[in-house]
Amino acid sequence: MAFIDGLIEYDFLQKALLTSVMVGVVCGVIGCFIILRGMALMGDAISHAVLPGVAISYALGINFFFGAVFTGVLTAIGIGFVSQNSRIKQDTSIGIVFSAAFALGVILITVLESSTDLYHILFGNVLAVRPSDMWITLTIGIIVLVSVYVFYKELLVTSFDETMAQVYGLPVRLIHYFLMTLLTMVTVASLQTVGIILVVAMLITPAATAYLLTDRLSTMIFLSASIGASSAVIGLYFSFTYNLASGATIVLAATTLFVIAFLFSPKQGILWRKINTMRKRQLAN
Amino acid sequence: MVPALKIKNIHVSYFGRTAIEAIDLTLEQGKVLGIIGPNGAGKSTLLKALLNLVSVDKGSIEIFGKTLKENRKRVAYVPQRNQYDWDFPIHVLDAVLIGTYPNLGIFKRPKKKDKEWAYECLKKVGMEEFADRQIGELSGGQQQRVFLARALAQKADIFFLDEPFVGIDVSSEEMIVKLLKDLRDQGKTVVVVHHDLSKANEYFDELLLLNKHVIQFGNPQQVLRPEVMRQAYESELSFLFEVGVNG
Repeated sequence: MAFIDGLIEYDFLQKALLTSVMVGVVCGVIGCFIILRGMALMGDAISHAVLPGVAISYALGINFFFGAVFTGVLTAIGIGFVSQNSRIKQDTSIGIVFSAAFALGVILITVLESSTDLYHILFGNVLAVRPSDMWITLTIGIIVLVSVYVFYKELLVTSFDETMAQVYGLPVRLIHYFLMTLLTMVTVASLQTVGIILVVAMLITPAATAYLLTDRLSTMIFLSASIGASSAVIGLYFSFTYNLASGATIVLAATTLFVIAFLFSPKQGILWRKINTMRKRQLAN
Repeated sequence: MVPALKIKNIHVSYFGRTAIEAIDLTLEQGKVLGIIGPNGAGKSTLLKALLNLVSVDKGSIEIFGKTLKENRKRVAYVPQRNQYDWDFPIHVLDAVLIGTYPNLGIFKRPKKKDKEWAYECLKKVGMEEFADRQIGELSGGQQQRVFLARALAQKADIFFLDEPFVGIDVSSEEMIVKLLKDLRDQGKTVVVVHHDLSKANEYFDELLLLNKHVIQFGNPQQVLRPEVMRQAYESELSFLFEVGVNG
């Protein structure tokens, strides 16, 4: 297979594979908490909000990681501030703040005339991953995985029963912003691979697929990470073989896995549900 | 013995609108207290104020002679059932295991003995055969029992329950009442926000009748008297008087 030969032969393809698998894993892990907390839209928001940070970083000549995390976290705080201090609901507040940040980013990239290719930031170009990008992704990945491992208990209880967590003295708001910071870091790590626009799919689709397959959070996290990683490998294969945008192929691979689970999941799949309903009806008659 | 609860003149408002005012209450340890009153009387608000979930405009609250902050580990709370996402990927036993988290502290994971303790608590509510079910597969009464088991797992000294009997079956209700009385007999204190007046005299040692302020506090004989109840429910009942149901 050309893909396998390519992997052996080309250094850039090895880097691309390693980076996108890591992205698939961390997006899958963080995505579980994002969907269980009903924050899918927040994932979309943060990913768009890193754009102005990327633009400023390029203009200042610093690594885009720092600017991106800064504007991402700032946006999360802005969203919380608007919804907590007015009657405006969280989803509306998200819509207002992130589109403003994204618009600002578009203008900044144009005005600063940075060498950044807007297209690549928006849609990703994993085959052009530089060693420094790969190391950033791996470092972020390790930080995120260790954080989730260490604070698993706290993330579980605040996702499931925030009130109880608050009563027994957990700093629930701090944990929320901590998760937002992890989310921002994951987004930044995914920039090269899938791009700003499609990050949200990597956060949500593998997690949602896993959600259909299990009733246990720990299992869901492992499944989601594996599904994310598999999507990355499958997507990269199609991207390399047919010369397609890597972000798009990876996301469509994840979507295909979701559709399979949606149809055939033993407990939640619509096929089994139909069959079980029909069986019940036959028994009843 | 220091009182389980000592509330002095607390006031809570939402956006300038008074929810509860001038509440005073001293509750001895080893009692089951029912908080009753009409809709919008501020029952849940009072509970939330006690647990520091809403901010108090004025007044002080002591739990076993200290603030909630100093005594968090002695407090367990069972929220209203409608607060949960019942599709959450968690099994019954793991939900009960969460009750051991407050005593574990941060960084530490539940060990085998914590899991055994959670299972023990699940047995106390008669739900051990459901340990591996996803929580959404249970009936309302079973769910309520699981969350009571979680509260038991916290090894607390005072238990707060918000409307625990809403939408549950009779046998679950009886079991929960019995467990609450057992807790009382072990010297624990139980505070229940309660909606239905019909069994209030059987369930509780003390009753707090509330309608934004305290109408009456005392044992059920003192509180469940028509002339006292009328003060709290007057607005709800006024239309009955108008149509002449009660002369």
